[in-house]
Amino acid sequence: MSADSMTRDATDASSRVVLEARNVVKTYGHVTALDGVDFELRAGEILAVVGDNGAGKSTLIKALTGAVHPTSGEILLDGAPVHFKGPLDARHAGIETVYQDLAMAPALDIASNLFLGRELRCEGVMGSVFRRLDKKRMREEARRAMSELKFRLPSIGNAVEALSGGQRQGVAVARAALFARKLVIMDEPTAALGVRETGQVLELIRSIRERGLAVVLISHNMPNVFEIADRIHIMRLGRRAAVVTPQSHSMNDVVAIMTGAVAA
Amino acid sequence: MSTATIASQQDTPSLKARLLGTPSVGPLLVLVAFCIIFALTNPRFLATQNISIILQQTVIIGTLAIGQTLVILTAGIDLAVGAICVLGTIVAGKLVNLGYDPVFSMGFAILLCTGAGLAAGSLIAGLRLPPFIVTLGILGILTAALRLISEGGAFPVRDPFLAWTGNTMKVGGFVLTYGILIMLALYGFVWYLLNQTKWGRHVYAIGNNPEAARLVGIPVRRHLLSVYLLAGFIYGIAAWLALGRIPNADPNAMQTANLDSITAVVIGGTSLFGGRGGLIGTLIGALIVGVLRNGLTLAGIDPLWQDLVTGILVIIAVALDQMSRRRN
Ligand SMILES: Nc1ncnc2c1ncn2[C@@H]1O[C@H](COP(=O)(O)OP(=O)(O)O)[C@@H](O)[C@H]1O
Ligand SMILES: [Mg+2]
Repeated sequence: MSADSMTRDATDASSRVVLEARNVVKTYGHVTALDGVDFELRAGEILAVVGDNGAGKSTLIKALTGAVHPTSGEILLDGAPVHFKGPLDARHAGIETVYQDLAMAPALDIASNLFLGRELRCEGVMGSVFRRLDKKRMREEARRAMSELKFRLPSIGNAVEALSGGQRQGVAVARAALFARKLVIMDEPTAALGVRETGQVLELIRSIRERGLAVVLISHNMPNVFEIADRIHIMRLGRRAAVVTPQSHSMNDVVAIMTGAVAA
Repeated sequence: MSTATIASQQDTPSLKARLLGTPSVGPLLVLVAFCIIFALTNPRFLATQNISIILQQTVIIGTLAIGQTLVILTAGIDLAVGAICVLGTIVAGKLVNLGYDPVFSMGFAILLCTGAGLAAGSLIAGLRLPPFIVTLGILGILTAALRLISEGGAFPVRDPFLAWTGNTMKVGGFVLTYGILIMLALYGFVWYLLNQTKWGRHVYAIGNNPEAARLVGIPVRRHLLSVYLLAGFIYGIAAWLALGRIPNADPNAMQTANLDSITAVVIGGTSLFGGRGGLIGTLIGALIVGVLRNGLTLAGIDPLWQDLVTGILVIIAVALDQMSRRRN
């Protein structure tokens, strides 16, 4: 019996599937980046996506968020087929992505970055006629979001460039958490961080799950993945090699499946 | 739990942090220092009449520098400021001299300037050409075209409406031209846009990190287009202010407007790399240039030295900007 079907039996069958991909293929000329991959994210879970370099992790995420258009295959959100034209469509549908380079304006302050592209305007004439930003409300909401996520920051009025790498990552994750209605996708959120900062970001990811959102976490860091993930989706050669859980498999097992040393 | 209290305690940065973080404090100190030096060496410097003159001399560069600030904040540069402004003076003057209604003439000239801004913006945002090259090209085209239109020479423009911005009023001993008031109103308006609206936020975001701006859903190209359009409109208004100061349309005028407006912006603390700085600094920067030229003139120093000192100031300002970026 494959590891894939084994874990399916083992996990709670009642939890709903939020985001699904069926037999998705993506080719770039002669290169096949995704070779009929399946994907399944359930409500309220942290799903880690692991795989060797070039296994197709990033392409899978891009296909799921509309950043690339699959050559063939189907993507379903809450059971209904979707065709995102671009990342903005996915955002409107309630999917937030934390990009590896964080997508921030370094000279702007934390609150401005949290609300970048989604600024709040004042109520009444000041907002409708004079188009005035409601800076106070944005600061308050930013502060509330950060404390709800229990993430420690200096002042909300600080420029993002004055923050440490971990704090910046925290702001990017908080932005996703603040606006996501269904799920948050993160590409290597701890890749550039030290041990303590990594711990803080993992804590953040757990708080997002506590808010009832599902999380997709791409990571190379096996100890992190085993610490935090509910399930682990293993990519190999553009396909899903297996889905396992930290309970059912060891890190060595996962690495073996990833590299093809063991057939899943 | 403790994290929540820490986050809420320091909602707004301390006064010291805010002063250090405000880019216009440095330029303001420089302006005050120059004023003190000139006042001490020449009692005439602080006379109300001389202050009025400084303001009047600052009007055109000060206004052009508003548009230049917008462009530089998006990490661009505008080398066509002077040429577009001269386009405005020549077209308005020509039309009036041909007998057209002065309000129509000036309005049409401002529209043309706005169109020139739109053309620059289309090439920069649409074809993704570098702003430096596009505006340099427009400078060349306009300069040649304007010399053809005006048959090479300057011509007088005598019309009360076109000269209206040069009219004066007295405010507490100070003689202010309407041009000064229009310039200040433009500063207020654009300051509001930059600091209190989404539009302004997005100007900063694009200058800071265009890729991030795109990823968060800001229509970067359309936004750039609107920046160059507004800048062109402001250069058109500057043309009206220029006719109020000197009732003359001269295709060879404003040769130093590029350097002077960039100087005002850079001395005012706006980064040539985009995304940092602001209009208050630019107003101070324009005043620094005005005070410097006026003070040195009062001291009887050759105008060549004025250019030299201005040049040194620009280089110092750019070097400071570069150093602060390296630190980050
Ligand atoms: N834009 C592209 N053009 C051509 N090939 C690509 C492109 N993007 C990805 N690929 C190829 O697709 C495969 C999967 O890449 P990717 O999804 O980035 O893998 P991972 O993120 O797991 O390292 C690789 O062989 C890569 O070279
Ligand atoms: Mg990748």
